[in-house]
Amino acid sequence: MSEAAQALGAEVMPREIAAWFAAQHWQPHPHQLDLLAAQGDVLLMAPTGGGKTLAGFLPTLAQLLQDPHEGLHTLYVSPLKALTHDIARNLSRPVADLGLSIRIEDRTGDTSQTRRARQRVDPPEILLTTPESLALMLSYPEAPRIFGALKRVVIDEIHALAESKRGDQLMLGLARLRSLAQGLQVAALSATVENPPALARWMGGARVVEADPGPPPDIAMLDVARPPPWSGGGGRHAAQDVMDAIAAARLTLVFVNTRAQAELFFQALWAVNDANLPIGLHHGSLARETRARVEAAMAAGALRAVVATGSLDLGIDWGDVDLVIQVAAPKNIKRLVQRIGRANHRYDAPSRARIVPANRFEVIECVAALQAVAAHDLDGEDDARRPGGLDVLCQQILLTACAGPFDADALFAEIRTAGPYGGVSRAAFDDCLDFAATGGYALRAYDRWQRLVQRDGLWHLRDPRAARAIRMNIGTITDTEKLKVRRSGRGGAPLGEVEEAFAAQLSPGDTFLMGGQTVRYDRLRDMVVEVTPNPSRQPKIAVFSGTKLATSTRLSERVLALIGDPGAWDALPGHTREWLELQREISVLPQPGTLTCETFLRGDQACLVAYSFAGRNANQTLGLLLTRRMEQAGLGPLGFIASDYAVLIWSVDPVDDPAPFLAPDSLREGLADWLAGNAVMKRAFRDVATVAGLLQRNLPGQRKSGRQATFSSDIIYDTLRRHDPDHLLLRLTRTEAMRGLVDFGRIEQMLADRPRIVHARAPHVTPLAAPLLLEAGRVRIEGEGAERLIEREAARLMAEAGLADLM
Amino acid sequence: MIEGGAGYGFRFGGQHLVARGSGTLYWPDQDMLIAADLHLGKSERMARRGGTLLPPFETRETLARLGAELTATRPARLVLLGDIFDDDLAAHALTETDRATLDAIAARVETLFLAGNHDVASGPVDWACAGLVLRHIAVSGQGPDISGHYHPKLSLAGRSRPVFLVGRDHLILPAFGHYTGGLAHDAPVLRALVPAGLAVLTGRRALPLPLPLR
Repeated sequence: MSEAAQALGAEVMPREIAAWFAAQHWQPHPHQLDLLAAQGDVLLMAPTGGGKTLAGFLPTLAQLLQDPHEGLHTLYVSPLKALTHDIARNLSRPVADLGLSIRIEDRTGDTSQTRRARQRVDPPEILLTTPESLALMLSYPEAPRIFGALKRVVIDEIHALAESKRGDQLMLGLARLRSLAQGLQVAALSATVENPPALARWMGGARVVEADPGPPPDIAMLDVARPPPWSGGGGRHAAQDVMDAIAAARLTLVFVNTRAQAELFFQALWAVNDANLPIGLHHGSLARETRARVEAAMAAGALRAVVATGSLDLGIDWGDVDLVIQVAAPKNIKRLVQRIGRANHRYDAPSRARIVPANRFEVIECVAALQAVAAHDLDGEDDARRPGGLDVLCQQILLTACAGPFDADALFAEIRTAGPYGGVSRAAFDDCLDFAATGGYALRAYDRWQRLVQRDGLWHLRDPRAARAIRMNIGTITDTEKLKVRRSGRGGAPLGEVEEAFAAQLSPGDTFLMGGQTVRYDRLRDMVVEVTPNPSRQPKIAVFSGTKLATSTRLSERVLALIGDPGAWDALPGHTREWLELQREISVLPQPGTLTCETFLRGDQACLVAYSFAGRNANQTLGLLLTRRMEQAGLGPLGFIASDYAVLIWSVDPVDDPAPFLAPDSLREGLADWLAGNAVMKRAFRDVATVAGLLQRNLPGQRKSGRQATFSSDIIYDTLRRHDPDHLLLRLTRTEAMRGLVDFGRIEQMLADRPRIVHARAPHVTPLAAPLLLEAGRVRIEGEGAERLIEREAARLMAEAGLADLM
Repeated sequence: MIEGGAGYGFRFGGQHLVARGSGTLYWPDQDMLIAADLHLGKSERMARRGGTLLPPFETRETLARLGAELTATRPARLVLLGDIFDDDLAAHALTETDRATLDAIAARVETLFLAGNHDVASGPVDWACAGLVLRHIAVSGQGPDISGHYHPKLSLAGRSRPVFLVGRDHLILPAFGHYTGGLAHDAPVLRALVPAGLAVLTGRRALPLPLPLR
């Protein structure tokens, strides 16, 4: 960081702000001064607790103190709604102390219609929002007026946004803002990343400012009295130990990986909370009111601990957290370090964090992760700043048309100024425009098959009423559909959301966990799940899936090395050593240099496990390749599940010898066709088609009933593949799926690195294979095996009904 | 005569009928093929109403499958149980190729178009034949009838497929159209019409199942 810049910053700091710092007994951080003096765009990399957000807003406060401003001055964009609430609260204090008469408002999916309408007419000086809400605001004809006077944009947690299409959308929005507001200045705030210049390029070029990272964190495994279970689990075995740790700390954040785990762990904690310590629960499925209550209680210092998922993961400033407990393996070393940044906001003291592995495999992952942290061996970024998604570009073109007629050349020029789209070709842009305008189909017989039309050189919406439908489809998060959960009865309190697929499998009387309490499912009414609290009963189910995390390749390699080397097992707790001993007894231990395979029967299905330790993506590809070969061999593969360390395939008939199936030549044959028809591809298509605007998101309330329900994206995919194989969306699907999968070269590399194939025939599920059975994200194979399975099931039902002779 | 292979034979209203894996019904004694809910022109209707631009290939797809069924069964008659077009405008908006394919089908066999709720203007509402009534929507208390309309589906071994529902009074066909959604076989309205009997799952082979399933 430049000392000259800091000196300049100290000089340009208005005396009101200097006085305010003095009154807090604070010394401005060097990076805060640096940002104050910065001309042009800046990327600030600072640990949590480094006053990052204040650094982003200091220039705004300084400018507003010096020059009164008419209209919107600063736009703040964060990946989380919760962050915007938090920032509004934290900013209001200095603003009030400085005597600034300005408005700070947030604008998210939670903001009321009246308030949104008013913001469009009379925007506040500081507006806090999310990428999706920004995209929506930019799609209104009033956008030039709202954003015309904009001076600054603050982008928070940009490292998180840059990992997904949400970031692509934000960068396109930023390009639009630069067109609307001349001389716009951008400050992006980020946690530590491997390659800061790449991130700066991704945001369209910026000067990188790196803050002092502070002392190294104090991370260890939590001492736990009981050993973790063999597999699965949400760390409930450790509830008492976690409770003791909470009691000994001032304020503890307990992180878990999924929403369901958060619910279960929260319940387990309360069961041992004999001292009745105030403990809260916070996750993305909870109703907004409930989340807000927990956030307020925490900010007021009324809580001793919060059990949270990723919804609290991103830099929310909670004040006095002095301990972070991570339940279940962090899956990714960098994520672990970032989470730990949450602890201890005085950033001169080391952060304290304890990890609680949820099962014995995770113990190995934790030990490996801790060794990596100690060795400063962070995960590399496999996929450094990929180019922007063209499906997002299609959406952007449609949204631009909603705001008003546009000129294709001008829009193309604007899009090229967005970092991720700097390299997009005119041909690719024209493809996207054609898709937005006509659907991009080879067969187009009608004028009415046009969503955009060109008149007088400008592109218009053919039917202005279409704007509403386009806006409803905004965003790049293609999450599963959610249904609201309320207490039964008139005006019953909202409790949160569950996934539609989960709601669909409930029968009246079923119990599940919601907001930390057991509730009984009563009925589905107007697309709302109605429930009654039922505390006395054990919950039957709590299976709504949360974010699925992938263990990094680096960590997987460390895990393999640790498992394969009994000499290194001293670092592992006794129960984990015993578990590995058991694996060695029943089957074999995977070793570096070998590809270990196991076969065993489970129920009436045959299982094959290949321990490649090549990471989830490569294992997914391997699963597709192996099932193709098994299908050819008539073994009836039914599906597979890939984890970071292995792939497990189940089939009607067993594999007698895995070696021929793993021969590189036979793996490669006919690959393209098989890939095109598989479930991974169809999943990718669904996402691409939703973002690009082919499939409408289902919105509660406007859903049609019964047979009109939804178009099957699988059928649309198959239809396109047959009649229009070169369609833009199919090309995008291939690109996307290949990004998630791994090219064949990687598999060949793995096979070359592990030349010896070891095959163990196990009597039943093995200790190492057990965790795989609990993984989410099964890929189903629709082949001969599925047909045989359905026929077998039909025969069974007919026999049970005494109708076997009718078959 | 069609037996085994892709079809499943059963008795309904005193008649021998064959539910085919493709979703059509064959009636050997009448040498008649029956299909329900083609919904031709669905993507065109969506586009016209300013909705999403679905790939406009489904009419071609549905007609090709219907042609293949005619080739396989060589019936003297074809009866389409209503909702042949997604709406009346869609009927006029067929491409020339699709129109020609449809005309060729009608020229090949004697074809009866029954009216559905989507395409109200065309064809009679019902037709009685050998003690059975063919119509678009089953009428409670006026069976035995053969109908479509509900697009029944059923999940087995985790896979959901269009299904025939065969009760004492009603035989309900799955939708034959390409982009049609479905209604669960045990939705209240379907349970009321067919409380017990057989379900015949479509697919590579037509598979009978007992109703109710458990």
